[in-house]
Amino acid sequence: MRDRACQSWVSLAERKDSFVFLTGDLGFRALEPLRAALGDRFINAGVAEQNMVSVAAGLATQRLDAWVYSIAPFCYARPYEQIRNDVCQHGLPVKLVGNGGGYGYGAMGATHHALEDYGSLVVLPGMRAVVPAFGDDVEPAIAQLAAQAGPGYLRLGRCEAPPSWTPPPFSAWRRLLAGARGVVVAVGPLVGPLVAALLERPEAERPAVWLLGVLPIEPAQIPADLLDTIERSGALLVAEEHVSTGSAGEAIARSLLERGVHVACFEHVCARGYPSGRYGSQAWHRRECGLDAVSLIERSAKLWSEVG
Amino acid sequence: MRLGCPLGSRKPRIGLAWLALPSLPFTSLHFLVRPLTDTLGRPIAMTDLPATSTDHNELARRARLRLLRMHREAGVGHIGGNLSALDAMLVLHHRVMGSDDTFILSKGHAAGALYVTLWTLGELGDEALTQFHADGSMLSGHPVARWTPGIPFATGSLGHGLPVSAGIALAHRLQGQRGRVFCLCSDGEWQEGSNWEALIFASHQRLASLVLLVDQNGLQGFGSTDEVGGIANLRERFEAFGIAATECDGHDAAAIESALADDVTGSQGPRAILLHTVKGKGVSFMEGKLEWHYLPLDDELYARAVAEIEAG
Repeated sequence: MRDRACQSWVSLAERKDSFVFLTGDLGFRALEPLRAALGDRFINAGVAEQNMVSVAAGLATQRLDAWVYSIAPFCYARPYEQIRNDVCQHGLPVKLVGNGGGYGYGAMGATHHALEDYGSLVVLPGMRAVVPAFGDDVEPAIAQLAAQAGPGYLRLGRCEAPPSWTPPPFSAWRRLLAGARGVVVAVGPLVGPLVAALLERPEAERPAVWLLGVLPIEPAQIPADLLDTIERSGALLVAEEHVSTGSAGEAIARSLLERGVHVACFEHVCARGYPSGRYGSQAWHRRECGLDAVSLIERSAKLWSEVG
Repeated sequence: MRLGCPLGSRKPRIGLAWLALPSLPFTSLHFLVRPLTDTLGRPIAMTDLPATSTDHNELARRARLRLLRMHREAGVGHIGGNLSALDAMLVLHHRVMGSDDTFILSKGHAAGALYVTLWTLGELGDEALTQFHADGSMLSGHPVARWTPGIPFATGSLGHGLPVSAGIALAHRLQGQRGRVFCLCSDGEWQEGSNWEALIFASHQRLASLVLLVDQNGLQGFGSTDEVGGIANLRERFEAFGIAATECDGHDAAAIESALADDVTGSQGPRAILLHTVKGKGVSFMEGKLEWHYLPLDDELYARAVAEIEAG
């Protein structure tokens, strides 16, 4: 996704003189085209993320569109107070870009994982998080953030879409697959392997798969046909590479209560940190948390059987 | 030196209009600044504004009295650090800053001194100051965001003002705009790592329009800066970061103004001015006393403080 993002920013920079990009010394073999396109508006702010975010806030007070880039945890956790005070309390349109959301940096270790990023950010005033799941999502996700008057967060990952399958265009809610055995709502690229595993199954033998791409959730904007499918099937599984507290799963459960939608069986499959105390690739962590496609399909089937 | 500068003579923050009217008294100029309203948007009567002052000492005397009254009425502390920073804020706003310039108060706990400074400029009315710390007010103990142009940024958590100021200075350069950015911070604030990050950044980016002022009163919340953080040699530290640094008496208006003169160092990058100040300046029982970082005034002490300042 990073290359697609770079292309999108180059395109954005060509259209907007106000575009300024700051990186916390990240972008080797990825952001060079952007650096070349932006000249002095591409700023390597060094390994100093607190300063970088406050500088971005200062730039934004002068009507510049400041984007801040780093590995996800260094983008949201290290400078959290700067995001809260300098960006969000002032309602400034600073855009944070966290590369490698969830367990994206895998075996690089826990310091490089971002398991609480969008949950801890969207509690801040005016903050909206955008989570593209596929390569084709990146450009519209960046365009959506660029058009947003307030602060924003872009969680980048790896495109894991099945080959020769085209997802529907990016939006807050998308139905990726129709299905008759309950509903799975996923956040982020982990949905790719799930779609790949379910794609060839008949609709009658698989759950419907929906994808959420924008947080926080606005309950009134949850599609009526999703609510209807959830209520009729009675089985909802939410899957995301994020810890439970502050998650999309929590917000969906609350939204369903507020909308008066009854769900007989609800399960939230999420990041559980490091249950074994050991570390590995993103795929390994997903398996440990039950977030891999095989586990998700098994749990969804079990949920469906409980409803039946 | 422009001693005798009338109260409220700062260049108004609009275009070049002031250039045609530089010698008019404040009462003739204030309409160019902005309509005067209190925090509830009500018009402020001209009679609420302080009378024209003839020199910094008189201006500072009135400002100190108003600052003490404000803190007494609100029953709050942080007085010591307000009194140490007040002279620099008055000099900046009355003698130095122009319409293109920006002031960021990084030591947000000196908000009272900033409110009083804006009061001396007629940008806040007397009625507005009665709202200090009040319910439903905009005049919090630390400045809040988005309510008056005189306070372009909310601060209070230390170590934020300088990096934000660096961002503003960088934006000016990128957009080819004029304007200096003055950032006033405390000395204890230099225990914050983000300040050193900002110093590296500002120095590397050669942000020549950025001027850092340090209210070096030597005391912080629970000890002296030496006892707590051992940061007495800030000048050497700044210079080691490539920052041109000077020092002056932070209560001497002429010295502050002189130190703030544009060409004083010939620096091609940001510069710093270490203001030697006294916590609680102007009130003998507060001066240099740690407890006046936090303590509020009772009636008896308030009366003593007022009597001292009125006596000059």
